[in-house]
Amino acid sequence: MTVAQLSSTLLYIAFVLYLLGTVFFGGAIRDKKAKRSTNRAATIGIAITIIGFIAQLGYFITRWIAAGHAPVSNLFEFTTFFGMMLVGAFIVIYFIYKISILGLFALPVAILIIAYASMFPREISPLIPALQSDWLHIHVTTAAAGEAILAISFVAGLIYLIRVVDQSKPSKRTFWLEFILFCLISTLGFVLVSTSFKAADYEAKFTWIDKNGKEAETVYEMPALVGPHKGELQTADRFEPIVEMPAIINAKKLNTVIWSLMGGFVLYWLLRLILRKRIAASLQPLVKNVNLDLTDEIGYRAVAIGFPVFTLGALIFAMIWAQIAWTRFWGWDPKEVWALITWLFYAAFLHLRLSKGWHGEKSAWLAVIGFAIIMFNLVAVNLVIAGLHSYAGT
Amino acid sequence: MEKVKCECGHVNPHGTVLCESCGKPIAEDSTKKLLDMRYEGSARRSQTYNKTIVDKIWNFFSSVKVGVWLIVITLLASAIGTIYPQEMYIPPNVTPAEYYEDQYGWTGKLYYELGFHNLYGSWWYMLLIASIGVSLVICSLDRVVPLYRALKNQGVVRHETFLRRQRLFSASKVDNYDKLFAEVKEKLAKRRYHIREENGNILAEKGRFSRWGPYVNHIGLIIFLIGAMLRFVPGMYVDEVLWIREGETKEIPGTNGKYFLKNEKFTFEVYEKDKEKEVFQEAIDRVGSGMVAKNYQSDVVLYERVGPIVPGEEPKLKKVKDYKIRVNEPLKYDHYALYQVDFKMNEPNKMSFHLVDKKTNEQFGLVTVDLRNPQSAYDLGNGYRVELLSYFPDFYFDENGNPATKSKIPNNPAFVFKMMTPDKPEGEVSFVAIRQTIEPFGDNQYKMAFAGLETKNVSGLTVRRDFTLWILGVGGTIFMIGLIQGMYWNHRRIWLKHVNGEVLFAAHTNKNWYGLKNEIRQIIDGTELVMPVDQVEEAKKGARGGDDSGAAK
Ligand code: HEM
Repeated sequence: MTVAQLSSTLLYIAFVLYLLGTVFFGGAIRDKKAKRSTNRAATIGIAITIIGFIAQLGYFITRWIAAGHAPVSNLFEFTTFFGMMLVGAFIVIYFIYKISILGLFALPVAILIIAYASMFPREISPLIPALQSDWLHIHVTTAAAGEAILAISFVAGLIYLIRVVDQSKPSKRTFWLEFILFCLISTLGFVLVSTSFKAADYEAKFTWIDKNGKEAETVYEMPALVGPHKGELQTADRFEPIVEMPAIINAKKLNTVIWSLMGGFVLYWLLRLILRKRIAASLQPLVKNVNLDLTDEIGYRAVAIGFPVFTLGALIFAMIWAQIAWTRFWGWDPKEVWALITWLFYAAFLHLRLSKGWHGEKSAWLAVIGFAIIMFNLVAVNLVIAGLHSYAGT
Repeated sequence: MEKVKCECGHVNPHGTVLCESCGKPIAEDSTKKLLDMRYEGSARRSQTYNKTIVDKIWNFFSSVKVGVWLIVITLLASAIGTIYPQEMYIPPNVTPAEYYEDQYGWTGKLYYELGFHNLYGSWWYMLLIASIGVSLVICSLDRVVPLYRALKNQGVVRHETFLRRQRLFSASKVDNYDKLFAEVKEKLAKRRYHIREENGNILAEKGRFSRWGPYVNHIGLIIFLIGAMLRFVPGMYVDEVLWIREGETKEIPGTNGKYFLKNEKFTFEVYEKDKEKEVFQEAIDRVGSGMVAKNYQSDVVLYERVGPIVPGEEPKLKKVKDYKIRVNEPLKYDHYALYQVDFKMNEPNKMSFHLVDKKTNEQFGLVTVDLRNPQSAYDLGNGYRVELLSYFPDFYFDENGNPATKSKIPNNPAFVFKMMTPDKPEGEVSFVAIRQTIEPFGDNQYKMAFAGLETKNVSGLTVRRDFTLWILGVGGTIFMIGLIQGMYWNHRRIWLKHVNGEVLFAAHTNKNWYGLKNEIRQIIDGTELVMPVDQVEEAKKGARGGDDSGAAK
């Protein structure tokens, strides 16, 4: 086995262990005697999680050795790293507060993130000149760590909302809570749909006319529901697009989004059929014993710990590196702007909490929005708004 | 200004809510069960005066509500700026007005017309940032001075109401107070509390410095903003472009003639299949061999001028150092930094022609034209001579069909030669461009036959000098220190008061109540003290009617 293969295997092991850990944390909640804050199942759960974390750390180190540079240089590597940091942040917070319900929600989020990452090209690539710097790992790892700690506040916020939102009648709050869960389910939808078509080796080549009027070629890995501008299918026996997009829209990416949402809808609908009530309502019994004030405090603590780390990694180190690599410490590149937006958002969060007394549910909703901004920066800015930092090419 | 004297004898400034020394409420809303401990109930200017215009402005900017609005508006505005690329990221050779409409349709046009294409440099965006700056200064001043006073003047002995109305409070019956007192004191000391005592009462305090965290971080931000503003002051900031050919020595712009640079060589490398490590092969295969850049590098020599600048005279140069400028590895010297940012491969540098008799193909000598600095005549001996009548470095036909040049850069050189030979002493004229020859005055006997092209690579460097960087660095560092100070530590206080055979125990922290409660649990463990009740949680439980799982039904 080469070092690179060992590395992939370790990531796979970590992934499976996180799944297993989730199961145990689930068991810890259901344990009737769970009066004490920790019990057998939770202890096993956290042990498995830690082993999983070590396995993923092993993946990270071996991949670093194989590549000769820190594996945070493309979307797959960065996103898996973010998932790992999320697990790491969870472990730290778990040892401060010892509540297993956090694991039941944090691990699935991390699992989704890693699964999502794996849908992108995974091979080890050499570095372009702009990335050839020690600041690559200094900046990216601290930024990801900060974002991961902040994401714990989302997990706490989600638990809080599932616990407090009144499910006896439909309202704006139940709608938005379902919406959050739907987004998580759609991520799963994306993973399942991509994996299926990849397993089936689906490929359809199109020639199309880009916005500058030039002929270009694109390969779809999913059946084209929406086709590119003046697209012509080149591969035999493939699905013909239903509608054609104008040239300024990236039809291939839109097609992937549509498939993911469809996957998400199907999953969501199936779940609703089986459960016969809102997803959040079905999750509510799981969280009925949580201490709301403690959950709220965890959410705030995560922001309090994560905000300085994020500032250091995503702004200060970023500026130092930008000064070295791009001659200026700040250039209003979309990725930079979105880091600033994230930072301003959490600054507002802290001020609202401290001075306006936005605790509890308000704070929980804010934590959800903060996470949405982080994910937007991670996903949409890379894939949609391409800039200097964009990993879009890979 | 009138002062307020508390019954404990302490004289408080006008506007004080809780007595600085004993904490007895002076002018607060006594309908609430718990005291509002923010800023210790000190006298803040913004809460006290509201008459003059200065008061009004002060109060506006010191309000956190206003501050949060400013932050949120800035956040939203910043997001709008990322919908389409900013002007600085669109291709340089297009007009923005057309570009946005071309690329993004009517939404692009609107985006441009609203000025969002240059959002971050717009006056209103700057104004937003400036308002945040002003707000930071005023809100900090409004709070930090009174807070400092209150914390400095706080007494050990607190008024009973002050204790009873703290979030964490308990009253215990104690038999042996002296024993308890000694025990608690020892435990507090072990947990590194700073203890003050007076008549058998205790004030234990730790982490007070964390209260200054927000103010320190705000100062850091202000310094950073000032640094960013100084960039607009002439002389603080140099930003120049230097295009330099291989073999060329040029003055470095922005250095006032002090430094010169010679470009020895420019190298551009790509990742190629089978030349890189095994693990990279798959990735190189996917995007294609030779498609991904590996290195941009200019090997340069830095020179410094010796002696004064004499116009019209060649400068005397002294070598300073050799350096290889690469992306991420700028050449730094004397506050200047030279960055590798751009390049041009194979720019035509010299072009050679043979003077040839069209019929016999006999050659009568070689003419080599330096495309940057062409000679006007080339003597080939034996009565053969070539004159360069006109030269178009970047040739095209203008609207009248006449040859013209777009720039001085020899991208597409064209020449008008006059060939003087013993047979045609009056000369023949020929227009020569790449793969094109025009003989304007009829058929010639001789021609200039293309004999070779020598090219050179050109490095595009950016020259920077930025005297604001250290200010930004100082601001950033102070900001981080303040942030850590305020977020990773917290200010905890514990009061112990002995009245009428009862021991009153109260505690306060600015954050992390969970940690404080755990700590108190350990402190009172094994003593006669009752664990304090969290009166906020109690109140909430009460409001929920004791039903803690209401929502789960
Ligand atoms: C982007 C700009 C800003 C950042 C990053 C920032 C950061 C912070 C941080 C981290 C804290 C500590 C919060 C906590 O301990 O939970 C804080 C507190 C505070 N900030 Fe800001 N701030 C900013 C702008 C402002 C503005 C514009 C105002 C003006 C209204 C303001 C007023 C305050 C106040 C009053 C406090 C509380 C101090 C205390 O209670 O001890 N901040 N700020």
